[in-house]
Amino acid sequence: MVTDAVGVGHVHSASTGFIRKYIFSVDHKVIGIQYLLLALFSVFLGMALSLLMRIHLAWPAHKLPFLGGGLMTPEQYLALVTMHGSIMIFMVLTTAPQSGFGNYFLPLQIGAEDMAFPVLNMLSFWTTFLSLAVMVSAFFVPEGAPISGWTAYPPLSAVGEQAGPGQGAGQTLWVIGIAIFCAASLMGALNFITTTVDLRAKGMSLMRLPLTVWAWFVTAILGLLAFGVLLAACALLLLDRTAGTSFFIPGGLVFTDQVLIDHKGGSPLLWQHLFWFFGHPEVYIAILPGMGVASHLLSTFARKPVFGYKAMAYAICAIGFLGFCVWGHHMFVSGMSPYSAFAFSLLTMTIGVPSAIKTFNWLGTLWGGRIQFTAAMLFALGFVSLFVTGGLSGIFLAQPTLDLYFHDTYFVVAHFHLIMGVAAIFGIFGATYFWYPKMFGRMLNEGLGKVHFWLTFVGVYAIFMPMHYLGIAGHERRYADTTGVGYLAKLQPVHVFITYAAIITIGSQLIFLFNFLYSLKWGKKAADNPWHATTLEWSVPSPPPFDNFGGKHPQIYRGPYEFGVPGHSEDYIPQYLKPEKVSEAH
Amino acid sequence: MSRRSPEHGSTSTALALTVFLLFFTAITVYIFIKKLWWFPPAITDEGHEFDAQFFRTLVITGIVFVGAQVGLALAVFRYRERGKPASHFEGHTGMEVVWTLATLVLFVGLGIYAEKGWASVHFIGASPGALPIEVTAQQFAWNFRYAGPDGKFGRTKPELVSASTGNPVGIDPADPNGRDDIVSPGEIAVPAGREVDLLLKSLDVTHSFYVRELRLKQDAVPGMEIHLHFTANDPGTYELACAQLCGLGHHKMRATFKVLSEPDFEKWLQQQEAANQ
Repeated sequence: MVTDAVGVGHVHSASTGFIRKYIFSVDHKVIGIQYLLLALFSVFLGMALSLLMRIHLAWPAHKLPFLGGGLMTPEQYLALVTMHGSIMIFMVLTTAPQSGFGNYFLPLQIGAEDMAFPVLNMLSFWTTFLSLAVMVSAFFVPEGAPISGWTAYPPLSAVGEQAGPGQGAGQTLWVIGIAIFCAASLMGALNFITTTVDLRAKGMSLMRLPLTVWAWFVTAILGLLAFGVLLAACALLLLDRTAGTSFFIPGGLVFTDQVLIDHKGGSPLLWQHLFWFFGHPEVYIAILPGMGVASHLLSTFARKPVFGYKAMAYAICAIGFLGFCVWGHHMFVSGMSPYSAFAFSLLTMTIGVPSAIKTFNWLGTLWGGRIQFTAAMLFALGFVSLFVTGGLSGIFLAQPTLDLYFHDTYFVVAHFHLIMGVAAIFGIFGATYFWYPKMFGRMLNEGLGKVHFWLTFVGVYAIFMPMHYLGIAGHERRYADTTGVGYLAKLQPVHVFITYAAIITIGSQLIFLFNFLYSLKWGKKAADNPWHATTLEWSVPSPPPFDNFGGKHPQIYRGPYEFGVPGHSEDYIPQYLKPEKVSEAH
Repeated sequence: MSRRSPEHGSTSTALALTVFLLFFTAITVYIFIKKLWWFPPAITDEGHEFDAQFFRTLVITGIVFVGAQVGLALAVFRYRERGKPASHFEGHTGMEVVWTLATLVLFVGLGIYAEKGWASVHFIGASPGALPIEVTAQQFAWNFRYAGPDGKFGRTKPELVSASTGNPVGIDPADPNGRDDIVSPGEIAVPAGREVDLLLKSLDVTHSFYVRELRLKQDAVPGMEIHLHFTANDPGTYELACAQLCGLGHHKMRATFKVLSEPDFEKWLQQQEAANQ
């Protein structure tokens, strides 16, 4: 334990040089922004890849000027599938809500000067950066980017170029990139956990933590337990690819009439177990911070306490715990024992319970409030709607009998995009509109924010709802072309509709980008507490000074969501307001 | 500044969001009721049970979906900023207990109910009289092997696999059991009303056997032999497609799946046998 556990666990002074201040900074706020910029770059890259996929699916015969032969080959399409998924999941959904906003605001919200290990924090960012660079470099090797999907099932991902183009150096770079990312995430998780446990300000008991902090804390624990397993799996896969081992490759494989004699005894299912032991908690790593942000914003802008705060905190813990017990629901058709499928199915249904508690309590938080429709609030409300829609399709997929039909169809694509993709992104957007003034000292433009919300909200439903219907009609995912199987032909108009929706939705993200960049210089100056919010980050100037609290030791007197307390002139009582000040105001 | 005026365009924004949520909910319900895009008809008893379980799940999730979206829409409109103070309450233990238990019973109950269908197909193997068919998947083709009159499959060896010389699954000519085996590339036929015991194998990477009308999907994993059994009732010609990403030709890895009456099936088998000579 750090002896001085009240937010002054370490002392470092502000650096003055540009490189130490902005590049190799140890300041959690700079590192948070670095993570967010990395995610911003990655999300536009990932969207560009998905745009190419959508255009190809809608108009497969249309020649694209920037492709060599004009027409997209199947391996190019599958490379887009693989890289879109990998970049979005690792570099955006894992990075922005947790490493980005968590880094910036967790110390501020708990009253710490910085993270517990600032140098480790810097190292974890630059390791993440290296991982992105390695992963993106897979596009530039002669054999092309990998084509085995973000799930990289062996033997396809393990045997090398025999399995087709993209499975050479590109796949090796992918594995190395993911392994580096795991190392970075482990460092980050360790830092978050230690900071939350050791560096809380005086009075900041667990039941006074903002729900955002609860979410970041539990997410960090998930990360610590999950990324270690993926790191091991990646190491084994890399050895299979480069050192002739056979962890995932069984004997007697035949590629174009040639027996692959160097391998025997491996198990393709072993990878699936290891991958999903990470992969399912990863879903919650992506979405839990968004749940925390949504709770926080709904309360702030409904001017009401969070409904059932304790249930909300316990539900985050329950989701985190159960998240480790359900990985097998990704493997109902894999050839795994049918008895374990039975168990995984019931555990998966159980995880619907804490998720439902959260939804009910969000509605309870809004009920009786006076809702202020800021752009941040609109994204939080959108989050609730998307979370419900995306969560309910999980009730179908959790049942093995139903999954036997829906597995690997567009129904699954619709499900996970809504729940872990778009809902998590709405959490990120809500957080951005809410905290931008604190981070940059200027407000984002609210009007542009609302236009951005509407185009995005309507757009994502227009993209992903029809995918359920494709799945019901039996449309397999990851098909480079829909002409090979007869029953897909009549679904083509749906693809065209989705592509139009995707073009508009992706295009409207430029409004956000413009708002983000424009407001850095020309946005309205932000007050210290523009939203009349209650948590500790609003007690300091916007943007906060290097050591956050100017050498003072903040103290916490009450819970995080004291809105609309009867008998007070203000409709909010900040956590840090001294009791005597509250009675003075009274 | 304690009570801010309704500066966020509350009423118009609240109205727009409410209308959108109601419209979105209505159109979603409409599409599911009208079945604008839907399953092809099921051809097995388990398939019909699948349809019934899908319907049960659809009704339950549909009620929750409509309830939550409409609840959100109403809350947004009714509790928009109107300059009045918000109510102050921090929870309601009774309600929280009720909806926690209700969801637990609903979701887990549905899950337990669904296990019936799962257990009936997967906890027991095929009956002894079932027709065995071996399914061998490879990049990017399906081969189907019937055991012939002796009812036994001959041994296969990976080094004997040679699609170009007409031995795509690598049958060992030294094994007498294999001499009457019939291999059908790209087309599988099953007799209507008779149980079939599929033995799924893969030569190279993981593939997945998927026939929509059977409501079944099963990975074919290299190094494993996985059984799948069903009884198809309705004669017809259907499509089998690969559902697990297996490489650049994944999207065209298909085969024809035929359900034939018993005499037609025998005829079909003879044709395949003749083609194997």
